[in-house]
Amino acid sequence: MRKSFFAQNPSVLIFLAILGLFTLGVTVMSEAYGNGAISTSFVKTLGKTLCLAMIAIAMDLVWGYTGILSLGHFAFFGIGGYMIGMWLMYARTYDIVVASLAEAPIPPTEQELVDAVGNQIFGVVGSSEFPLIWTFADSLTIQLALVVLVPGIIAGVFGWLAFRSRVTGVYLSILTQAMTLALAFYLFQNDSGLRGNNGLSGLQNLPGMDDVPQALISVWFLWASAGALALTYLFGAFVVSGKFGSVIRGIRDNEARVRFLGYSVETYKLFIFTATAMLAGIAGALYYPQAGIVNPAEIAPIASIYLAVWVAIGGRGRLYGAVIGAIFVSLVSSWFTGGQAPDINLGFYTVKWVDWWLIVLGLSFVGVTLFAPAGIGGLVDLVTNRKSPDRHGADLGPDAGALQEKEALE
Amino acid sequence: MSTLLEVSGVSVTFDGFRAINNLSFRIGDAELRAIIGPNGAGKTTFMDIVTGKTRPDEGRILWGEKSQSLLGMNEAKIAQAGIGRKFQKPTVFEEQTVFENLQMALKNDRGPFSVLFYKTNPRDQERIGELAEEIGLSDQLYRKSGELSHGQKQWLEIGMLLAQEPRLLLVDEPAAGMTPAEREHTTTILVEAAKTRAVVVVEHDMEFIRRLNCKVTVLHEGSVLAEGSLDHVTSNQEVIDVYLGR
Repeated sequence: MRKSFFAQNPSVLIFLAILGLFTLGVTVMSEAYGNGAISTSFVKTLGKTLCLAMIAIAMDLVWGYTGILSLGHFAFFGIGGYMIGMWLMYARTYDIVVASLAEAPIPPTEQELVDAVGNQIFGVVGSSEFPLIWTFADSLTIQLALVVLVPGIIAGVFGWLAFRSRVTGVYLSILTQAMTLALAFYLFQNDSGLRGNNGLSGLQNLPGMDDVPQALISVWFLWASAGALALTYLFGAFVVSGKFGSVIRGIRDNEARVRFLGYSVETYKLFIFTATAMLAGIAGALYYPQAGIVNPAEIAPIASIYLAVWVAIGGRGRLYGAVIGAIFVSLVSSWFTGGQAPDINLGFYTVKWVDWWLIVLGLSFVGVTLFAPAGIGGLVDLVTNRKSPDRHGADLGPDAGALQEKEALE
Repeated sequence: MSTLLEVSGVSVTFDGFRAINNLSFRIGDAELRAIIGPNGAGKTTFMDIVTGKTRPDEGRILWGEKSQSLLGMNEAKIAQAGIGRKFQKPTVFEEQTVFENLQMALKNDRGPFSVLFYKTNPRDQERIGELAEEIGLSDQLYRKSGELSHGQKQWLEIGMLLAQEPRLLLVDEPAAGMTPAEREHTTTILVEAAKTRAVVVVEHDMEFIRRLNCKVTVLHEGSVLAEGSLDHVTSNQEVIDVYLGR
C-alpha cells in the first residue's frame, strides 16, 4: 500500500504547477521576452518575493515543524547576500579598474590592480587594504561555496552550544535574536571589513555582462529564483513527509517523549537549524543581486521577526502556508509602504498607509494567532475537508456489511 | 536468573529534600516487578534516575551483562541501550496517526540521516500490524492518536514501548483511569511482555497488582521498605503502618 511521493503530497505537484505557470506568465509579460506589460523593476520585485518565499519555507521547517522559534534566520539570508556580493563587487570593480588603467603608459602589475580595486571598494570607509575575509573574493566558486558554508557553520556552532545546553522556547528565541543583533552591530562598524553601514552595492551589475540589459538579467534571476524555490519546496516536502517529519513534529509537540524513544533530540534540532540556515543563505544570495544592495540594516532583528509574521499569517506547519504568507504579506506590504495605497480621509484625520501599515500588520498578526492559528493556508482545509476522508479500505459505517470504501467510490 | 539492572546505594536530594535515600534494587532478565509506596516515596524519581532524566548524587547503576554504568549517559542513549518508559499521563503524539506513532517507536537506526532516508518496508509494516493487534488498535491504525480514548492512548503508549523492543520496561501507573475491562487487557499485555523482558510496574491499585501476581517492592521515603510476594509485604507490620494502615 505504499504510495508514491507525489500521491502522498498532492500539494507538491499543485505548487510546482502554479509556480511554473507564474514564471511563464511573468516571462511572456516581461520587457525582455514578452510584451512588456510588467516593468523590469516589478520583475525584480517578483523575483525577490520568490526568494522570500524560499526563506519562509526554511522558517516553516524550523519553526512550524520543529517548534524552534528562530529569530535569526534573516541573518543567514543576509550573510548569503554578503558572500555573493563580495565576489560581484570585487570582480566588477576589477574589470572597471583594468579598463581605466589600460590607457596607462606603463602596464600595471597585478598588485597595483588589486590595490586600485581595494581603494575603490574601501575608499568609502577610509581604507584601501583588503581585510582578511576578502581573501577569496576573486573566486566565484569559493564565494558560492561560502554562501552555504558560512551560514551553515555559524548556525552549526550556535545551535550546538544552544541545543546541547537544552535552551528551549522563549529563551532560545531571545538567544537567536541576540546573535542577530550582535552580527548586525558588528557589520555596522566601518572596520568590520564589509564597508560598514554602506554595505555592498551595485550588485545588480553582473561582472562581464555590462552589455546585457537589466531587463534580461531580471528575468534570468526570476527563473533562477523560481527554480531554487521549487527545489526548496521539494526538499521541504521530502523532509517533512516521512519518518523524519514524524520525529521533528514529535519534538515540537513533546520533546521529552521523543528523547525517551531513543532519538537524540539535540542532533535533530541541530540538523534542521543548520540545513535551514544554509537554505536561507542560498535564498539571500539570489535575493541581493536583484535588490542591488546589501547592508547591515537588512540583518537587523526586525527582519527575522517579519519572517515569523509571514509564516504565522500564511499558516505554520504547512509548506504552502509559508509561501503564501511570504508572498502575500511582502507584496501587500510593498504596496502599502510604497505610497500606492490611497490615503483615507476621515475628515478629522487622514490615514496615511505608510505610517499605519505596520499597525495593520501587527493587528492582523495578533488576530491570526488568536482566531485563525492555521493562517491563510488553513483556507485550503475548507476545500480538502469536503472530500471524503481516506479510510484506507475500512468500512464506512460501524455495522458489519456497511458500505465499503471501494463501493462508495464507484 | 542473571541480573539485568542493578541499582545500588543511590541517593538524590532536591533542595535539601532526600527524594531517594540509599536505594538498592535489582531486577533479572525476564521478571515482572511491581513497585508500590505512598505518595512521595520516590517511585517516579526512581524511574527518572534509571532513564537518565535525573542525575543521582551518589550510587551506582549497572546495566546488562557487561555491567555498563548508566550514569553519564543521556536519555536517548539509555533508551537505545534498551530501557523503555511509560509515563503516568498517556503521552502519545496526538497530531499523528497511530501508525506514525508506532513507526517512530519501532526499533531501527535513530540517526538523523538514516531516518531521513527511511522507507516503510514490508517487515516494519508487518511488525506494526502485529503490535496494533496486540494492543487492540488494528482498526484505528490510520486515525490520529489524539482522537483515541484515554484507555486506547495508554495502550498505544504501551505498544510504542514494545515497538522499541526494550529489555527493561518501566511502566508508571498503567491502569490509571481505565475501565475494569481495559485493566484486564492491560494486565494481559504486561504479563505477556514480562515473559521475554523485565517489566517494572509502578502502581497504587492493590487489586491491579494482585492480578499481576508478581514480586512486590515497597518504597518508603526513598528507600526499600520490604520486598517479596504481595501477601508477604502486606502482612509486614512496617508496611501496614506507613502505607496500608492509612
